[in-house]
Amino acid sequence: MDNFTVGVVVFPGSNCDRDVSWALEGCLDIRTKYLWHESSDLSNVDAIVLPGGFSYGDYLRCGAIARFSPLINALDDFVKSGRRVLGICNGFQILTESGFLPGALTTNKNLNFICDDVELDIVSSKGGWFNDGVEKQTIKLPIAHGEGRYHCDSDTLKKLVDNELISLRYKNNPNGSSFDIAGITNEKGNVLGLMPHPERACDETIGGTDGLFTLKSLILK
Amino acid sequence: MDQFAVKVFVRLRPSVLDPAGEATKSASIKLGAEGIKSLRIGKMIEVKIEGNGENEVREKIDLLCDRLFANTVIEDYEYSLEKL
Repeated sequence: MDNFTVGVVVFPGSNCDRDVSWALEGCLDIRTKYLWHESSDLSNVDAIVLPGGFSYGDYLRCGAIARFSPLINALDDFVKSGRRVLGICNGFQILTESGFLPGALTTNKNLNFICDDVELDIVSSKGGWFNDGVEKQTIKLPIAHGEGRYHCDSDTLKKLVDNELISLRYKNNPNGSSFDIAGITNEKGNVLGLMPHPERACDETIGGTDGLFTLKSLILK
Repeated sequence: MDQFAVKVFVRLRPSVLDPAGEATKSASIKLGAEGIKSLRIGKMIEVKIEGNGENEVREKIDLLCDRLFANTVIEDYEYSLEKL
């Protein structure tokens, strides 16, 4: 695992790229490499994080423009190869816009940009992204978003439930998300999208370490 | 080549909550406007586009609407087209 490298994608408007890199390198000793969104060469990275922020100024819809970057075009083969992709906040929005994950994220029900710590239930540990509940069934992570209300039709929701693709649910739904959904995976489990920010919960001095497990899971096969 | 002016309207699907529309409705009522039963906010996108005839242009606009202008998980779209 010594050479394991996580690619942290940088779009114009990304603003959590350095936080993710800091958390991986400084807290977990995992090597990272920034990937500019115009690059389509993913051969030197073993996992990818799409960080939070406001890619392309959130123009049109959050994640809508980022979807057409060369890097996202190259992501399809990367995902099919079974390597791991973690989309945090704006990264989750990009993953839904580009069809790697079902559903959509839209304006919070109360219209507020919500910046807070939230309690989350670990519903499924598909893909091994979260503790399996042996240690903790509830974790606390920060959220910071204006457009984090997860929406999908009832057929999609049934599929998510039946296939155990819902990873995290809000204990006290802050944004009006369908079924309190805060994070989901693809069927294979190698793609996770979530609105909360695990990289902001990797050190006790900044309020908690419940995000470490998820970031560490990037190195799982 | 013909040139067309296209107006694309993108709306949240009726089943999707529109909090911005609700807030604007509330402000409209505070302004004193009576009788507002519903208020929902959408987007209008104006495009000038060239193509060989209306059918070809419609194909291009359909692609744009379906893949970019609207997220069909939460939004519907329609458009009008005028030959210039």
